[in-house]
Formats: sequence, C-alpha cells, structure tokens
Amino acid sequence: MTSNTVSESYAHRLATNRLGLWLFLLSDAFMFGGLFITRVYLWGDTRPELNQTLGLIVTSMLLISSFFMNRAETAMAHGDRKGFLRGTLVTIVLGIAFLAGVIGVEWQIAPFGVSEDAYGAVFFMMTGMHAFHVLTGVIFLLIVWNNARRGRYSVEKHWAVEAAAVYWHFVDVVWIFFYPALYLIGKVG
Amino acid sequence: MSKKTNFLSLGLVRGVFAMLVGMPLGMGLVTLIRLAVGLPAWNAEPAWVVGGLVGAVAFMIGVGSLSDWFKLAAGGELPEHPAGAVNGWARYFNFTLDHKVIGVQYGVLSLLMFSIAGLFALIFRTELVQTGLQYLNADEFNTLISLHGIVMIMAILLGVAAMSNYLTPLMIGANDMAFPRLNSFAFWINVPSGIFLLSSLFLGGFDTGWTGYPPLSVRAPLGIQMFFLGVYLFGLSSILGALNIIVTVVRLRAPGMTFFRMPIFVWSAFATALISATATQLIALSFQMVMFQRLFGMGFFDPARGGNVLLFQHLFWFYSHPAVYVFVLTGLGTISELLPVFVRKPLFGYRWVAVSSLGIALIGFFVWAHHMFTSGMSEFLRVPFMYSTLLVAVPTGVKFFSWVATMWRGKMSFETPMLFVLGAISIFLVGGLSGPPNAVVATDLHLHDTYFIVGHFHATMFGGFVFPFMAAVYFWFPKVTGRMFNERLGKLHFWLMFPAFFVQSFGQMFIGLFGMRRRIADYDPALGFEQPNWLITIAGMVIALSVLIFFINLVYSTKRGPVAVANPWRSRSPEWLLPSPIPEHNYPQPLEIVGEPYDYGLVGSVFVRIPSTAVIEEPVK
Repeated sequence: MTSNTVSESYAHRLATNRLGLWLFLLSDAFMFGGLFITRVYLWGDTRPELNQTLGLIVTSMLLISSFFMNRAETAMAHGDRKGFLRGTLVTIVLGIAFLAGVIGVEWQIAPFGVSEDAYGAVFFMMTGMHAFHVLTGVIFLLIVWNNARRGRYSVEKHWAVEAAAVYWHFVDVVWIFFYPALYLIGKVG
Repeated sequence: MSKKTNFLSLGLVRGVFAMLVGMPLGMGLVTLIRLAVGLPAWNAEPAWVVGGLVGAVAFMIGVGSLSDWFKLAAGGELPEHPAGAVNGWARYFNFTLDHKVIGVQYGVLSLLMFSIAGLFALIFRTELVQTGLQYLNADEFNTLISLHGIVMIMAILLGVAAMSNYLTPLMIGANDMAFPRLNSFAFWINVPSGIFLLSSLFLGGFDTGWTGYPPLSVRAPLGIQMFFLGVYLFGLSSILGALNIIVTVVRLRAPGMTFFRMPIFVWSAFATALISATATQLIALSFQMVMFQRLFGMGFFDPARGGNVLLFQHLFWFYSHPAVYVFVLTGLGTISELLPVFVRKPLFGYRWVAVSSLGIALIGFFVWAHHMFTSGMSEFLRVPFMYSTLLVAVPTGVKFFSWVATMWRGKMSFETPMLFVLGAISIFLVGGLSGPPNAVVATDLHLHDTYFIVGHFHATMFGGFVFPFMAAVYFWFPKVTGRMFNERLGKLHFWLMFPAFFVQSFGQMFIGLFGMRRRIADYDPALGFEQPNWLITIAGMVIALSVLIFFINLVYSTKRGPVAVANPWRSRSPEWLLPSPIPEHNYPQPLEIVGEPYDYGLVGSVFVRIPSTAVIEEPVK
C-alpha cells in the first residue's frame, strides 16, 4: 500500500521484512533439500559408521540452543535486556560447542577421508554446509548481541533480533533432518 | 546536481580496482593456508577459486554495495529514502537504490552480454561453414560454444531482471522495490560474475558445453572453475532479485489493486520469481559439488568410489529446465501486456492467462528428466516425465489462444513494438510445436543431441524472450529516455531479424533431423551439410547486422531522438500517467485503481488514476 504514511510505518515494514526472510529460508531449504536427496541417491539404505555418542551430544546441544534462543527473543519482546543478553550468550556458546563437536572432533575421528568414497563426500558436504550456516548464525547473533548491549533495540523495534532467532531455528530444523539422515537411517554399510 | 564527476568516483571503477586488490589477497590467503598445513604452496585451482571469491567480495565493497549493511551491523540507522547522492549519467555506474536506474543497468549489461555471446556464436558458426577445421582448434571451438551458451543465459537472466525491475513497481503503483539495497546488490554481483565467465577464456577455457556434465567437467581445464564461480554469482543475483520481486508484488500493491487487477506482466514476473527463488539453488549445488570434487577430491560423481554422474544431471536439470520458463514466462507476459495496446481490445481471458503463468511455473518443476531420456536413468521414469512435459503445452496453449482471440477483429496497428510482438508469437509457435517431438520418448531417442534440439531451443528463446525483449525495449524506450526511437530503423531491424531467424532455426532443425550432431567442431562432408550450414551462418550474420542497427538506433535516439509525447501508444498502464523519464520517487500520490486493466476500446473506462491529477480514459471514437 503506497500511501506514504502506511508504507513507512514500522509495522508494514516489519511484515515486509518477515516475508523476505521466510522466502530466503524457503530458497535455502531447497539447497538443503538437494543435499538430502544427494544422500538418499548415493547412500540409499546404508549409512557410514559414525560415533553415535558424539552425534547425540552435538544434536542435543543444538536443540537446547534453540530453547535459549527462544527465551532470549521472548525476553527482548518483554523489555528484559539482561535476559536477552544472557539467553543469546548461552545460544552462542552452544552453537560454538556444536561447531567444535562436528568440525573439531567428528571430522577428525570419522573413519573415512574427504576423498575416500561417497560416504566421505556426502558426509563432509552435508555437515560442512550445515556448519557454515551455524557459523553465519553465530556471527549474526554476535552482531545482534553487541547491538543489544549498546541498547539499539526496543520492545517495539527489534527486527534484527527476530531475524537472527528465526534464522537460528531454521538452521536447527535443518539439523533435525540431517542428524537421522547421517546417523540413524539405514544399515551400517 | 552533484559535483563534477571524476572517473575514480564511479562505483564501477572503484569496484574493479578493489577486485584487482582482492584477488591476489585471496590467492595469498590460500597459499598461506597451504603452507600452514604442509601442502605445496602453489596450486592454481584453489588459488583462483578463493582469489575469485575474495575478489568478488572486494568488488562489492568497492562499489559501495555493502557499506549500508556494515553500518547497520555496527548499530547504525538507515534512512528509508536517502537523498540521491549522484545525478546524471554517473548514477548508472554507481550503487543506487532507484529501481528504474537498476532496471536500466540490468538492461545495458544484458545487451552487452548478448553482444559478446552473439560474437562467440558468429566465430564458431563461421568455422562450421566448411568441413575440416579452418581457424579454430577443437578446444577453442568447445570453449566458444560453452561460453556462447552460458553468457547468453546470463544475458537473458539480466534482461528478465531488467524488465521486472523497471516495470513491476511502476505497474503496481509502488515507489520502489521492497528491498532497494538488496536490489542493487543483486545487480552489481553480476559484474564480477561476467568477468569470471569471460576470464575462463584465458584460463584454458572449458570444453563441457554450458551444462558442465561430469565426468568431463571434472577433467576440464581450470577455466571451468571460473565458469562455476560466474554461474554461482549470477545465480545468487537471480535468487535475491526474485525474492525481491515476490515481496514487492505481495506487499507493495497500490490500494485497490487486487491480484486479478494487476497488469499481466506482473503476473508473469511473479511466476518467474517463484521459480528463480527456489530452483536456482540446485544448479548452484550441482556445480559446487563438481567444484569440490576437483578441489578436495570428493567422489560425488566418481563411480569407482560409489558416486554417480546421473545425480549431477538430476540436480542440474531441476533448475536448468525451469530456467527456460524463467526466460519465456517474462517474454510471454510481455506479449500479453503489449498485444491489447496495439489491438485496442481487451486481453482475452485475462484470468486464465494470469493463472497459466503460475501453471507453467508449477509444472516446470516436474519435467526435468526429459533431458535425460538417453542418459541411462531408470527406464520407468521416462513415461511419467514424458507426460508431465507434454502437460506444459496446456497452459502455454491457453496463452496462444488468448493472443489469437485478442487479435480477432482488433484494430491492429503495426508500429515496431507490435511487429516484434507478432514476430515473437509466430516464432514461439514454431518453438512450441517443435517441442513435443523432444518430449515424446520414442522421437527424442532419435533427436537427442542433434541440431534439431538446437533449432527448437533457439526458436523458443527467440520467440519466448529475444523478440518480446526487443518489443519491450522499443515500447518503453520513450518512457525510459523521454525520447522517441527512429521508427524506420526499428522496422529495418525487424525485417532483417525476423526472416533471418527463420532461415537459421529451420536450417538447424533440418540438418538435425538428418543427423547433424550438436556441439561438434567438424562433420563428415559426405553428409552434405555444408550448404545448409553456410546458410545458417549467413542468417546468423544478418541477425548480428540487425542487432547492430538496433544499437545504433538506441544510442542515436537517446541523444537526438524527438521528444516523446506523454503516452505514445495510448497504453492504460499506470506508468504512462507519469512524466518521461520518470522522477526518482515514482508516484507523488498513491494510485487509485478504479477499473479493469485491459478494457481497451470500452468507451469511458478507466483503469487507474492519480487523484486530482492524471487519468487515462478510453476515448469516444
């Protein structure tokens, strides 16, 4: 709606931004979907031998981080800046722990190399692409955390916080599909 | 007006300088990492890939596209409508938020890429006039056909973006796109993309064709990495641009402009954007996997290690087939938009035409494997994909019948844009009718990888995009520049290009039917194809000549053309309510939508008006 008062109102702008963000996620989901299909195409009903305990630990950390992300965003919506900063910090720490678990440990102890076979190729591609998204999410959260610390957001206006949170949940949901695809489905081949 | 513009203050120039600094930095970074992990310091492939990526980011910083976002990340506030910093011609070389300037930027870059890709075609077409290799070797030939393909695709995507950027906000009564900064970013990322694509010429080229199938692409020279990078970047542009179009159409329509009162072009831009925003990811993924197989030795497409080359083809065609609908939907939308103006009759079956665009977009997602009938994929997949492909003819047929019914008993006039619209319809008919033989498995097994496909494809592209694009350029030229083009040169352009195209396309289909393989540098003289190949090449040169006339017309008329009247085509579309060229923030007041968009010839009917200022009313005869 082009009337100058409406189109420049924050609420209108916010709804527009939301649609843009969700379309971006839809687009991104196609890429992750392509990776998922690659896994099904090349691995079929088999899977590689991976460290189950480690897989469970990193998955739990990512899921729990989403809980703290939600707490943080709710705190912001209620004007509780301290709560927001605390929740976001926990999320960031858990996200970095997830990265350390996947890249620092799982990548090192995996029983195959990048170039060994299709197991290596798909495993490193899927986890790598997801880890890249977690990393960007962490950077995004750090920016938001820093700006919140300096009082840049208010109860009414905190679109960046919302966007970071939605993006974080999205990356989390992707892992909910990737974890079983990599660790659980199929016979060990 | 701004201060005197000097060369170094242009965003483009700063971007290129930044890129020249960024690329060696990226290469140095790779070398340092390689040294740190104990690998030999220099390896050309990773150095060029990372160098290219860093160079592209540096370009975007240099051009000024990222500054606002950096400011935002650092906690700053951004104004919604910053005052235009640069005026005059210089703004076309700078980061700008005005969708009309960005549309023109896209258009000019598109025409430039068209010319380059066309030039490549002339070079290898001339080689094909005689059997034997005269002045190209096989590698050069292969690189040229590959680049012709991909640079053309880029040019078409740029042309699509040019039209949808310039027209969509105007037609729905918005003052700009929903995300102007993203819009500008999506344009400028194409510049490094084009540089990478063309730089592959100097890095060994690539002999895979634009499809880049493994295993060939895994073994191709270094040039293929630059090709991948280039596609990656313009794919990103395509995704972000499409996202912007969708949000703009959904959120920024003028009050009263319901979906079924939007100009039909907006419908096609919307349907196009739905494809671009989603499917593009898959071509990027497929190319990235080949890139990684080359860089890290990952075995995606190596059967010896449990990989499968067919996976690439599935992922690749999941985008690359819908991509042709990205091209033609925009073109067909332009035809439906312009035809009623020159026929002075309502567009027949407006709703059906609107929905048919969505139909084509939707079906387009389920047809990709018709490119793979001979690939060795599971045979049971052939028939379903045959039927889904044939189904595309239904919504396409809706458009055809609508055009014919719109023209029926209309008061046609034949100005240059109308000539191109009619040319587009007839050429697209040939392109469309030559489609089903490729979709039906039995005939495709014979036609696959022959020149018949080349002829079919060029007919769909010329009818579905090139001719409508030309029509659009002529039609909106007075809107963009405020001046009129030379009608005589425009007609000359048409009457050279139109017959030459038919000679070229029918010639290609003809030799294809008789067994000329596509993508080959040489053929057996006993086949007797020298004469038809000679004809096709001459026709190609005539097309090139006509395009040269087109360029001369554009450049000359932009400077010297007579000042255009307010609404030279008596169009009802809202952009013609505004002065030409259009001021920076389009509409001084919100539009009022009071009628139907295509009621041409209905006395006294009105589509839109700007309250108390301007109105376009159908006159009494």
